[in-house]
Amino acid sequence: MRKIIKYVIADILRNKIVIAYTIVLLALSLSVFNLEDNANKGLLSLLNIVLIIVPLISIVFSTIYVYNSSEFIELLVSQPLKRKTIWLSLFLGLAVSLAIAFFIGAGLPIILYASSTTGITMLVIGLMLTIIFVSIAVLASVTTRDKAKGIGKSILLWLYFSILFDGLVLFFLFQFADYPLEKPMVAVSALNPIDLGRILILLQLDVSALMGYTGAIFKDFFGSSLGITIASTVLILWAVLPLLWSLKRFNAKDL
Amino acid sequence: MRYLIPILLLFNLPVFAKTHVAKGGSLQQVINIAGNGDTILVYPASYTDNEIVITRSVYLKGVNYPVLDGKKKHEVIAIKANNVTVDGFKIIRSGNSSIEDIAGIKIYNSKNVVIRNNILDDTFFGIYSQYGTNCTIEGNKISAYGKAELQSGNGIHCWKSDSMRIINNNITGHRDGIYFEFVTNAIIWRNNSHGNIRYGLHFMFSNNDSYVSNIFENNGAGVAVMYSHNVKMFRNFFEENWGDAAYGLLLKEISDSYIEGNYFTRNTSGIFMEGASRIHVSKNTFRSNGWGMKIQASCMEINVERNNFLNNTFDVGTNGNLVLNKFDKNYWDKYEGYDINKDKIGDIPFRPVSMYSMIVEKNPPAMILFRSFIAALLDKTEKILPSLTPENLKDDRPLMKPLSL
Amino acid sequence: MIIASNVSKRFGKLKVLDDVSVTCNKGECIALIGPNGSGKTTLIKSILGMVVPDSGFITFNGKNILHDWEYRKHIGYMPQIGRYPDNMSIGQVIEMMKDIRHAKGVKMDEDLVQSFGLPALFSKRMRTLSGGTRQKVSASLAFLFNPDVLILDEPTAGLDPVASEILKEKITKEKQKGKLVLITSHILSELDDLVTQVVYMQDGKLKFHKSLQDLQKDTGEEKLNKAIASIMLRKP
Repeated sequence: MRKIIKYVIADILRNKIVIAYTIVLLALSLSVFNLEDNANKGLLSLLNIVLIIVPLISIVFSTIYVYNSSEFIELLVSQPLKRKTIWLSLFLGLAVSLAIAFFIGAGLPIILYASSTTGITMLVIGLMLTIIFVSIAVLASVTTRDKAKGIGKSILLWLYFSILFDGLVLFFLFQFADYPLEKPMVAVSALNPIDLGRILILLQLDVSALMGYTGAIFKDFFGSSLGITIASTVLILWAVLPLLWSLKRFNAKDL
Repeated sequence: MRYLIPILLLFNLPVFAKTHVAKGGSLQQVINIAGNGDTILVYPASYTDNEIVITRSVYLKGVNYPVLDGKKKHEVIAIKANNVTVDGFKIIRSGNSSIEDIAGIKIYNSKNVVIRNNILDDTFFGIYSQYGTNCTIEGNKISAYGKAELQSGNGIHCWKSDSMRIINNNITGHRDGIYFEFVTNAIIWRNNSHGNIRYGLHFMFSNNDSYVSNIFENNGAGVAVMYSHNVKMFRNFFEENWGDAAYGLLLKEISDSYIEGNYFTRNTSGIFMEGASRIHVSKNTFRSNGWGMKIQASCMEINVERNNFLNNTFDVGTNGNLVLNKFDKNYWDKYEGYDINKDKIGDIPFRPVSMYSMIVEKNPPAMILFRSFIAALLDKTEKILPSLTPENLKDDRPLMKPLSL
Repeated sequence: MIIASNVSKRFGKLKVLDDVSVTCNKGECIALIGPNGSGKTTLIKSILGMVVPDSGFITFNGKNILHDWEYRKHIGYMPQIGRYPDNMSIGQVIEMMKDIRHAKGVKMDEDLVQSFGLPALFSKRMRTLSGGTRQKVSASLAFLFNPDVLILDEPTAGLDPVASEILKEKITKEKQKGKLVLITSHILSELDDLVTQVVYMQDGKLKFHKSLQDLQKDTGEEKLNKAIASIMLRKP
């Protein structure tokens, strides 16, 4: 397994898109930290990059990569290797190399300029979102045979998690405006890893005071060690469940 | 010569006023033997009094800050005469009660009292004026270590007083730094009220007062001015009042007032107005606040002109569509318009209320979407096609460059 | 050695394998023949475990291959269109396969690598290769681990005559060692001198499985392609 991961990582890290992604992230983070006069503000600007760009690149790149590797996968499947090994290696290769790209592109500037709890939270959330969206991408690509459809599906999934879901939340909030929804919102946030990540980072920043009563409820929950454990577990589940599902599909897939 | 002596006598009345000296023992006894107009010099020593009651018009002067200790049981100085001056004492550990308002120094129904240059430490209420008239409270340093609102008193507390001058005091750690209830014609000038549990300054039913050049910093909920009219607030600093339900300045049921030349920096809301009317807000600087101003729909005839709005998360928030307020010639750093005729005034109006801030106002849990992609998207769409934000809440003449304030 | 029993497979509405049963033994060289879309490649992929049959089962040396993967140690597979990670060079691909499939005690068979002259091209990236060179790589990889069974899908397609000859010689040599060789091809004449058995498939069904001699006897034709053609004409 380690051998295959090694080859996948070596292959991805040579990929021009990943190199470009790393450089763009690096340029954005450095300029954000150099332009803003304090590190927290820099982090706030970086927040959008972490919440929008990272999932987008992770999901689209991974989907395309899986499709482009279909021959490689075919080659490996005909060899004496477990399918599980092949699939997990592919996932880990993608997750590790995109995580490395994020770490170099955004993580190093964060550590350099804003190594506060907030910065570290953002770094961890960014890494988690990378892994989660690679996991969603491998699921999307294993369930769709056609490459164009599969990429379309990933983009739709990204759109769903970054905009549509929040739109639905907004709609839901207005439909049930007469009920106290602050507490149910904690549970709702678990249904979208991007939202959960965003809230976890915002609670670390002092802008959380703006979030009023809702913010206070969230702070209450995510401030406790139980809340942190639950939030981390939910994020890990977001990475693991799509992967397990995709593995099940891959084991039964005809190549 | 014959005429001169009576004239000299006339001018030298104090010649007949005596000077007493207290060096330990009972200060009350010294006061009791003094006459009106006498001076009492008090030196640092141990004084046995529990509570000092001043019933004569004396000038009580502490030399090198003599300590008067309330031993956590008593009111330290009670002033029950006109024309009393208390100067240069260190007053510590007043009593603490949930029934009575025990203070370090308390003015009972007196005129022309001066309380000056004292240090009050760990008192329940610091300086308390009850029916005081034309009194001066100046240069005192008032500190307490309150933790909960209910178990602490106010730094300077005035009740049913008139023509008060509160100048250059430094107040910290109380419930409210300065508290006014039914106080008229007062001036609050150059005080620093910081780190108090509730409000830095709290006004209730107090009309015709001014406060000028004060610093209100890092108080639990900022400054509250309620149920008053004709209040003037000039060149104050409202800073770092950060937290849930914290305001730089909270206005409730205020009318005919002026807010000019103030600085609102890093507050959750710079100004929060509810039921306010006929208020001029001009030449203020709102910088790095969550909301620059929150103007509830219950406000009318608020004139907001020539202010700087810089780096606020939301410049203006409101909760209704009916707008009876005017915005004119302010500088908004979020303005993206242009100025073709180069008159330094933007050619298209600026709408300071963002769509998302309207949504949050209507539905507070929507704050969960704070800084999400959809919130940014909604704001952008609304800027192009206004639909939800109030039609006439806009600045028709936004400035292209910040005012130098 | 390989036994497929009643294997059926559908892709959507299309029935690509319909109740196919076949037995392949050591030392045989089986030609899998049939028109395009008759199910040859699917049958091969089923044997390799790349396609999972809807019903029926396949055994390899008496063991069901479902959920098994180790049996593939004994198979060398040359796909119809061999495609490899674009960014890797030929050398890297071969090294990678050796690395992944390394087994102790098995002697590597680098005959083809040498005779195709691949070492001279080792530094070339896969994406720059012509179809023929790719086929050479695929063929070399199939033989590299000295497997007991060789499954070759259209092995000579795209190869130049010289390379084609080299490959045929190699196949003959391996067959003589008693290995099982399974070949699909539509260029029938190329197979004449290699084949011992013929499996003919059409519309997902296995039409017949005969030894070459039987086939020649039945049809009275010497040449394989003529024999097949006469069957194809006879059937409808």
